[in-house]
Amino acid sequence: MAHIVIGGGVVGLSIAYGLLKRGKDVVVLDGADDDFRASRGNFGLIWIQGKGEHAPHYATWSRRSADLWAGFAKDLLVETGVDVAYQDAGGIDYFTDEDVLEKRGRSLSQLAQQLDDDYPFEILDHSKLKALVPEIGPKVVGGIYSPMDGHVNPLSLLRALSIAVRNAGGTIRTGAQVISVGARDRDFSVLLADGAKIDGDALVLAAGLGSVELAEELGFDAPIRPQQGQVLITEKLPHFLKYPSGTIRQVNEGGVQIGASKSEAGTNDSEDIATSASLAQHAIDIFPHLERVKLVRSWAALRIMSPDGYPIYQRSQSARGASFVTCHSGITLAAAHASLMPDWILERNRAPDVSQFSESRFHV
Amino acid sequence: MFKLMEGEDVQDSVTFLFENQPVSATPGMSVAAALLAADVSIFRQTPVSQSARGPFCMMGACYDCLVFVDGMNVQACMTKVRDGMKVSRVPIINKDIET
Amino acid sequence: MNDPFDIIVIGAGPAGISAALEADHHGATVCLLDEQASAGGQIYRNVSQSTSARTKVLGPDYLEGGKMVRDLEQSGVVHRTGVTVWKVGQDGSVAYSKEETAAQIKGRHIIIANGATERPTPLPGWTKAGAMTVGAAQILMKSAGIVPTDAVLIGSGPLLYLVAQQLVSAGAPPKAVIETQTKKDLLGATRHLVPALKGWKQLAKGLQLIAAIRMAGVPRFTAATNIAIHGEDKVDRVSFDANGKSHSIQTTSALLHQGVVPNTQITRSIGLKHVYNAQQHCFHPVTDAFGQSSNSVFSIAGDGAGIGGAKVAALSGKISALNAVCQIGIIPRGICETRAAPLLKKRSSELAIRPFLDAAYPPPTDVLRPADDTIICRCEEVTAGDIRRFASLGCKGPNQAKSFGRPGMGPCQGRYCGLTVTQILAHETNQSHDAVGAYRIRAPLKPITLKELASLETPKEPETAT
Ligand SMILES: Cc1cc2nc3c(=O)[nH]c(=O)nc-3n(C[C@H](O)[C@H](O)[C@H](O)COP(=O)(O)OP(=O)(O)OC[C@H]3O[C@@H](n4cnc5c(N)ncnc54)[C@H](O)[C@@H]3O)c2cc1C
Ligand code: FES
Repeated sequence: MAHIVIGGGVVGLSIAYGLLKRGKDVVVLDGADDDFRASRGNFGLIWIQGKGEHAPHYATWSRRSADLWAGFAKDLLVETGVDVAYQDAGGIDYFTDEDVLEKRGRSLSQLAQQLDDDYPFEILDHSKLKALVPEIGPKVVGGIYSPMDGHVNPLSLLRALSIAVRNAGGTIRTGAQVISVGARDRDFSVLLADGAKIDGDALVLAAGLGSVELAEELGFDAPIRPQQGQVLITEKLPHFLKYPSGTIRQVNEGGVQIGASKSEAGTNDSEDIATSASLAQHAIDIFPHLERVKLVRSWAALRIMSPDGYPIYQRSQSARGASFVTCHSGITLAAAHASLMPDWILERNRAPDVSQFSESRFHV
Repeated sequence: MFKLMEGEDVQDSVTFLFENQPVSATPGMSVAAALLAADVSIFRQTPVSQSARGPFCMMGACYDCLVFVDGMNVQACMTKVRDGMKVSRVPIINKDIET
Repeated sequence: MNDPFDIIVIGAGPAGISAALEADHHGATVCLLDEQASAGGQIYRNVSQSTSARTKVLGPDYLEGGKMVRDLEQSGVVHRTGVTVWKVGQDGSVAYSKEETAAQIKGRHIIIANGATERPTPLPGWTKAGAMTVGAAQILMKSAGIVPTDAVLIGSGPLLYLVAQQLVSAGAPPKAVIETQTKKDLLGATRHLVPALKGWKQLAKGLQLIAAIRMAGVPRFTAATNIAIHGEDKVDRVSFDANGKSHSIQTTSALLHQGVVPNTQITRSIGLKHVYNAQQHCFHPVTDAFGQSSNSVFSIAGDGAGIGGAKVAALSGKISALNAVCQIGIIPRGICETRAAPLLKKRSSELAIRPFLDAAYPPPTDVLRPADDTIICRCEEVTAGDIRRFASLGCKGPNQAKSFGRPGMGPCQGRYCGLTVTQILAHETNQSHDAVGAYRIRAPLKPITLKELASLETPKEPETAT
C-alpha cells in the first residue's frame, strides 16, 4: 500500500523522495497551478546565521540540514541531471546601523556558547567587509560573515525533486486537489475534487497553507498562518556577488534578488509599491552601483508560519500512520527532510529526535 | 539591410557613438532605427546562450534590442538618438559563476 | 486636499485619444499616458512628424490620425508622452516612469487602451538578427523613413499585404510574400462573406493591395509550410515548401506576421477576468458592450479588448468614455445610452468583416504549437519541446511551466511566449485554454531602475489634476 504525500511543494517532494529511497511506494498529490506556493516564490537561501537565536535546537537542526546539503545537491544532479546551483561559500549579512550590528553580534555569541562554540561566524567592520565585497556603499557599517550559509536555485530544486521522485518510481498527481482524507488507523482514503479516490496505509500532510483545512480530520491543530514576503529581481548582470545575504543575492542566472519583506497581510499575495520601494532602497544602500540597474520582476508569496516560526513535526494521535510536516525554511531544511525525516515518518530507530518540534509546545 | 525610402531627404543630422565609433542619424529616430540604417544588425548576445539578436518588434515589447545608453540597459527602439550619446553593447554574461 | 483625475487613459492610439477627447468634452479631468514620444498609437505612429515622402507611401488612412492628434493638442486633456506605465493598482492608482523619474497618480476611472501586439510567430530561426515582425518594418517606415532592401514577408493577414504594398511604393519591393493561409481557409471563410459585405470598402481595399503587389511583380506563395529562417547569426536565407516544391530565397530581412492579439499585460496584472477566443486564437479581457471590465474601476477600449482595427478602436474609445463619465456621475445614464447608441451601431458594422478575416487568415498550427526544437521564449530561450517535457512532468499551467524552465521570466515578461505556452499546454494536457490560463503578471509591467522604484518609498500625495 502506498504512502500518500499531500502537497507537491519542496517539503512534500523532499519527503517523498526520501521515502522512495527507503523503498516505499509513494503517491504525491499536488493542487492547482494557482494555489499559494511558497516553493515557487521563495528566496533560495540555505541560511543558518541568526536562525534559532533563542532556540538552540532549531539552530542545530538547521545546521544539520545545511551540512547534508552538498551531498543532497550532488545526489540530485546524479539522479536527475539537474544542477540546483548549490553554493556554499558562506553568507554575509549587511548592517547599516551600528547598534543593530552589535546586538546581533552579541546574540550570535550567546548562541555559539550554548552550542559549545560550534557556530562559526565573524563580525566585519566596514573596511574589512569592503576588502571582501568591494561593491558595498558608505552606508554599510559592517557585516557578519558565516561559512555556514549558502544558497541554491529554488526553482531548479523544485524541478529536480519532481524528476527525482518520478525516476525513483513515485507518482505525482498534479491538479489533484484533496478535499477529504478519510482517516482511520493505517488506512486512508483520500478524496480528490475530481471525484478520484486514493488509498494508502500512511499519509504525510505537507500541504503548506493548504494543510489547515485538512488538519482537523487527521487530529492536528496546524496552528499556521500566512506571512507575506515580497521579492524583487533585476536584469541579469555579470557575476559580482559571491556571498548571498539574508536580503540580497545574485542568482546563478545573473539577476540580483532582493527581499524579502515581512508583513501580516492575510492571504493577499499581491506585490505593492510601498514595500517594493523600500526593498529597492535597501539594495541601493548596500550596493549603490545597483541604482541604475533594471528591476525585471517583483512578486509576493506567502510564508507558512507557526507561532514561534519553527517547524512543526507531529504524528497523529487519532489516525496512526499520519504525520504533519511543515516549516517556514523548506529550502534550508530540504536536505534534512529528504535524508532524515523519512526515518521519523517510518518510526524507525535511527529517526532524528524532533520531539521539540511537536505541536504540544503550543499547548500551554 | 536598410536604406532611406524613396523621396525621403535628410536635412540635419546628429552624431552619436556606438562602441566608440561615430554613427550619424536623423533627429527623431530611435537608436534602433539609426543602428539598422548604419548596417548594424546584431545588437547584443543573449545572456542564456550568447546567441546574436537584433530588434524584433520595434514597439518596446520584445526586449531584443537592448543596448547600453550612457551606462544603462535600455530598449534601443524606445530611445531617441541624441547628439553625443554613448551607445554600447550590453556586457556579455557568462553563465558559470566562479566560487 | 489633492483631487485625483476623473479619468486616466493608458495608451494614446485611436482608442485612447478618442476616449480622452470624449471624456474631456464632458468636462472630466483627464490624464492620457503613453510610452511613445507623440500621440497616435501603432497605426498613426509619429503622424504629427511625418515627412511628405512617408505620407505618400503610407497612404491617406495614415493621415486620418492627424486630425485626432491635432484635436488632442487643442483639448484640455493632460497628455503625458514618453511615460512607461509599470503598475496599475486595483484602486485606480497608476505608477509610471519618465526619463528615470517615477510618479504615481490616481484616477476615479481608468480606461485601458494599450492596444495589441503582433501574435508570436515562433518558427525555426525567428530569433536570428534580421528576423523582425512586419509591424516592426512598418514602424521603421513611419518613424525613421527607412526600408529593408531585400525583405521577404512571411505569414498571413491584411497587414502583410499593406506593408508589402507600402514597401513597393517606397521603392523597396519585397523579394517575395510567403503566405501560410490555404485555399481551404479561404473557402471556409466564404460562409462569413455575406455579413462581411457590409465591410465591402475594406474588402475592396484589400483586393487593391493584392493587385498592387502583383503589378509590382512581387512573387506570392500561398499555403506555404515548413518555413525556416537560416543564417549563422544574421538571417541570410528563408526556405519553405509551396506548390509541391521546396523553395529557398536569399534575404537579410525576414518579416513575420500572423495578425495581432490583445496586449493583456495590464489587464492581467490587475486580475481582471479574461476569456479565450477560439476564432482569434487569443485571450481577451471580458467586457460588456461599453468596454467595462470585471472590475468597475476599469474599462478597456480598442484592440486591447479584442481585435477590431483602428476605426473600431476609435468608436470603442468614445463609448468607454461615455460610460466612464456616467459612472463617476458627470452625465446621467440616459444621456450616456442615447449618445452611445449610434456609436454602438456603427461599431457593429465596422466589425462585420472580422469573422471573415479571422477565418481566411488563421495562424497555422505550427505557429500556434511549434515543433519541439523551436524557441518559444525568446528571452530565456525555452523551446516548445521543453514545454512538452514540463507537461509530461505533470505541469498543468503556465505558472508551473515558468517555475520549471523560466519561460516568461525574462525582460519581456512573457509577452512573446505566454500565448504559445498556454496553447501547447492546452493541447498536451487536454484542457481548455481557459482552464490552462495564463501567466500571472506582476509589477513592474516594464523594467524600471531600482532608483526609480526606490524614489516612491514614502508614498507621495496623489497629484492634483490642475
Ligand atoms: C505593429 C503593428 C502594426 C500595425 N499596423 C497597422 C496598419 O498599418 N493598419 C491597420 O489598420 N492596423 C494596423 N495595426 C492594427 C492597429 O494598430 C490597431 O487596430 C489600432 O491601433 C488599435 O488602436 P488602439 O488604440 O487600441 O491601440 P494602439 O494604437 O496600439 O495604442 C496603444 C498605446 O498604448 C501605449 N501603451 C501600451 N502599454 C503601455 C504602458 N505600459 N505604458 C504606457 N503606454 C503604454 C502604446 O505605446 C500605444 O501607443 C497594427 C498593429 C500593430 C501591433
Ligand atoms: S525591438 Fe522589441 S523591444 Fe525594441
